[in-house]
Amino acid sequence: MSSSLPLASVGGAIEFIFTPQESNVTGGKKVGGFDKSAELLVGHLEVTLLALALALIVALPIGLYLGHKGKGELLAVGIGNAGRAIPELAVIALVASLIGVGTRNVAPALALLGIAPIIVNAYVGVRQVDPATVQAARGMGMSELGIIRKVELPLAIPTVMGGVRGAALVIIATATIAPLAGVETLGDFILNRNVYGENGLLAGAILVALLALTIEGLLALLQNRLTSDGLKLKTG
Amino acid sequence: MSSPFLIAAGGQVGEGFFRERSSGTLPCQAQASHLFCWDWARENIDRYGTPTVQHLEIVVLSVLIGFVIAFALALLAHRRRQLQPPLLAATGVLYTIPSIAFFFLLLPVTGFGRDTAVIVLAAYTLQIIYRNTLLGLANVPASVKDAARGMGFTERQILWKVELPLAIPEIIAGLRVAVVSTIAIATLVVLISAGGLGTEMYGSNLNFPTAIIIAAAIVVLMALAFDLALLTTQRFLTPWRRARPL
Repeated sequence: MSSSLPLASVGGAIEFIFTPQESNVTGGKKVGGFDKSAELLVGHLEVTLLALALALIVALPIGLYLGHKGKGELLAVGIGNAGRAIPELAVIALVASLIGVGTRNVAPALALLGIAPIIVNAYVGVRQVDPATVQAARGMGMSELGIIRKVELPLAIPTVMGGVRGAALVIIATATIAPLAGVETLGDFILNRNVYGENGLLAGAILVALLALTIEGLLALLQNRLTSDGLKLKTG
Repeated sequence: MSSPFLIAAGGQVGEGFFRERSSGTLPCQAQASHLFCWDWARENIDRYGTPTVQHLEIVVLSVLIGFVIAFALALLAHRRRQLQPPLLAATGVLYTIPSIAFFFLLLPVTGFGRDTAVIVLAAYTLQIIYRNTLLGLANVPASVKDAARGMGFTERQILWKVELPLAIPEIIAGLRVAVVSTIAIATLVVLISAGGLGTEMYGSNLNFPTAIIIAAAIVVLMALAFDLALLTTQRFLTPWRRARPL
């Protein structure tokens, strides 16, 4: 199968991002350009950050608690496996048809996709902490909450952040199809080919890929900052 | 897995569904707000045959290709350690690019259809399979390799008869993650006209929950079936792990 429209070029797509182009589909009407790209980028970031924050608030305490108690391994791992099997397209389509459109409805749905990797990694990370370390902390009179916050979480940071990065990726990726549920994200360029044309399609793909790589890079930096120097010595 | 259904059940399951069942006159697909229309499901289950087969074909092809490449890369990196960081970075970048963006980045090169879908999905599996294979090989105790060497095994024999069999649990764990996530992501190939179960979630079906729920259920069941099959394969291939010390 081949495209019925003229194929896009990288040059054309990059021009599309910065200056409005006469679309080859809508006949002379100018589409795209820097303002539109920026607007969609902000929309994409908005729904992504909101969903990631929601996922963190729900999943991090559950994962840390289960890991600390050493209970619910089946639950934590089961959630992780099941989470991977959820078809993203179905989530967005069902939200749109059953609950409603807009950021308010889509962000919680995206958060659902991010919950699984965060719970699993927080659980695994805390379980990997040496029990002798936890015993020592308890012997020094630390409260259970203090142990989670000051001993287990810092030692588990690399694994926990691995989960956060996984969650961020799946949320950014799925936010690309959020326009199906009425949230304007960079996916608009991709899904509305009859408005933006082939250059818009490629421009959208480039912007989404760059956004994902940038966020991943920033989270890797954050992980590096949050990891205690002692842990870096041990691994390095 | 059940989350979308739970959310839906909260708001919608009540009046619409049961009223429709009792009246029995309106074709219930006309009502977008229905959670699930059994009559439609019974009459239309046939239409899922072709998309399911397409979906299976795409997933199996992608994972096979991804496995062959990742496995070869892992063996190479196992021998030449200096290749490990660049290969991890390269497969990591491929994994980071959202699949939808990846499909359309390839569009100018490979066009619409199955080729593009398989390339992207295969690229997506590389990192997890590569990383797990390498991890499995690294976890083989040095003493075991020494013993094999002492028994006169060549390096090649050690790799195929000692290291790889002992790495099977990690390799299959990687394959399980790769297969399950590929089955879910393959719903998106409908966006590049490559078929699959996504066809029943997108387009005219976008506002008809029943069609979407059936397609999603098939996807989840398929993932579960593959996961179980691989788990069984692993138990079959590693009989020594079931042995209990006397």
